[in-house]
Amino acid sequence: MTAQTINRGPGSLLPALPEAHGRAGLGGTLASEWTKIRSVRSTMWSLLFTVLIVVGLGALLNWANSTHEVASGVQLATHEDLVQRTLGAIILGQLVMVVFGAMAVTTEYSTGMIRTSLSAQPRRMDVFWAKLIVVAAVSLVVGEVVSFASFLVSANFWHGRGVDLTLGSPGALQAVAGGGLYLAGTALLSFGFGALLRHTAGAIVTGVFLVFVVDILENAMPQSWQDHVDKWLPPNAGTEVWATRHIPGVDLGSWTGFLVFMLYAVGAILLGAIRFKRSDA
Amino acid sequence: MIEANGLTKRYGDRLAVDDLSFSVRPGQVTGFLGPNGAGKSTTMRLILGLDRPTSGSVTVGGRPFHAAAYPMREVGALLDAKAIHGGRSAYNHLLCLAQTNNLPKSRVKAVLELVGLNEVAKKRSKGFSLGMGQRLGIAAALLGDPEVLMFDEPVNGLDPEGILWIRNLMKALAAEGRTVFVSSHLMSEMENTADHLVVIGRGRLVADCSVQEFIDGNSELSIRVKSPQAEKLGALLAEKGGVVVPDGDEAIRVTKLPMTAVGDLAFDNGIRVHELSPIQASLEEAFMELTKDSVEYHAGVPGQGAAPMAAGAAADAVGATGKAEA
Repeated sequence: MTAQTINRGPGSLLPALPEAHGRAGLGGTLASEWTKIRSVRSTMWSLLFTVLIVVGLGALLNWANSTHEVASGVQLATHEDLVQRTLGAIILGQLVMVVFGAMAVTTEYSTGMIRTSLSAQPRRMDVFWAKLIVVAAVSLVVGEVVSFASFLVSANFWHGRGVDLTLGSPGALQAVAGGGLYLAGTALLSFGFGALLRHTAGAIVTGVFLVFVVDILENAMPQSWQDHVDKWLPPNAGTEVWATRHIPGVDLGSWTGFLVFMLYAVGAILLGAIRFKRSDA
Repeated sequence: MIEANGLTKRYGDRLAVDDLSFSVRPGQVTGFLGPNGAGKSTTMRLILGLDRPTSGSVTVGGRPFHAAAYPMREVGALLDAKAIHGGRSAYNHLLCLAQTNNLPKSRVKAVLELVGLNEVAKKRSKGFSLGMGQRLGIAAALLGDPEVLMFDEPVNGLDPEGILWIRNLMKALAAEGRTVFVSSHLMSEMENTADHLVVIGRGRLVADCSVQEFIDGNSELSIRVKSPQAEKLGALLAEKGGVVVPDGDEAIRVTKLPMTAVGDLAFDNGIRVHELSPIQASLEEAFMELTKDSVEYHAGVPGQGAAPMAAGAAADAVGATGKAEA
């Protein structure tokens, strides 16, 4: 109907667009969100820091630990979760993921871009899901890359101590893949709070609190409380998926733990989705 | 075609838009006027669905904006040129918008060319001047070859060349049969651009009429008389029912009397007249007059009282004209 009512003279400003069919939907917004995320520097910096922290710092810590460890190789292999130790810097790397996930949505509000975005595609949930899918995909790919790289690099230091640590070691492959899943989960949790709070600092503080600080606070509680609360906290539940040793009854176990962790993320995402759809932009 | 019906928006206890009904027709530039804080931007946000109306509704092309198959082909809007991510290049900014509506990449280049930004297409928009930012916003609005264009204060802070460019662009877009809705708090800008006016004050409709009707309905002819005996003439005119105010050195401004009566009275009393000229109020004055009761924040000017005219009556008269026409 557009083309029929516009009357183009010979000096028309712009050529007519090809006839449109169907309807603007998720496909277009996915392409758009991908363009958005790859075209700002903060994305590249976040991902670079994730690599440096998880792989680089992880290697440093494992080198230091392996050279100062007094236990024998056999003792280490039987009593320690060395796979988890090789992935240990994920605890710090997740903080960058929190920043990445939050900023994917909060910068739209801090810059005012959201008003331009929603004027181009006013069907808000298309924009929200496209953003979520792009953040999930990018954080999962980066999470898996750093998790595998960290394991492969850091395992070398333990080989030197006579421990045979490979992806074929019991539970190793699942734990290493789980490290990537956990990192993607932290980005999504933070994304949810970003959409809910629409404020970069607020979303980052909330995310860091939930994946980091809450555990420290909980350590200050009486032991009898800790026994009941500990395993349900986001970092403890989530960490199970990148561990190879679990204590039945005390830990939730890999997949139950990860499920609980993702329920926190889903909760945050749903709250974020409601705010994204309903509140004035 | 934009149609607002009883549009109302309340933020807390502040009523930003109050029962606004108007329609914006294609093929002409419609000026959306009001003092700062009158609710112009809020109304535009409501049209785009960025804010949800407290009550009432607004449609574009007969349906809510969010129901458009390809929203960018329906409406192109420039609400705030700074509402972009400064870290993104002009090209990528336009590309990410074009992609949402499945518009071809070639379109991005075409609009960059049109607004004259192709040289800086790969530069981050953070470093753009106000004028360049405004051009980028207009490029975004034109991406979808839309039927309806909305610009919120597009000439704010632009240099004369930029103002002329935007003015001509708006006229050209309207000439192609598009609906062009442009807000401003400056009457002088609209006087040269708009064919039709929608005037609001404190969120309420004040006038909806053509520019000429607006001037005719809101400005009284006044007569400037310069005379060495201005004071004496003033007293005589006042006796005959004229309203006289001093207008500088040896001059007075007269209303409520026809020009012939003023001239005759001077002649009959042997008063020398050096100037006798009709003063048609500009759109600016008509606007000031009409909206002075609805200005959100009044600034006190030392030594100046309120103008001695009744604005309310004039506003009602024009409001009625507009309603009848709509």
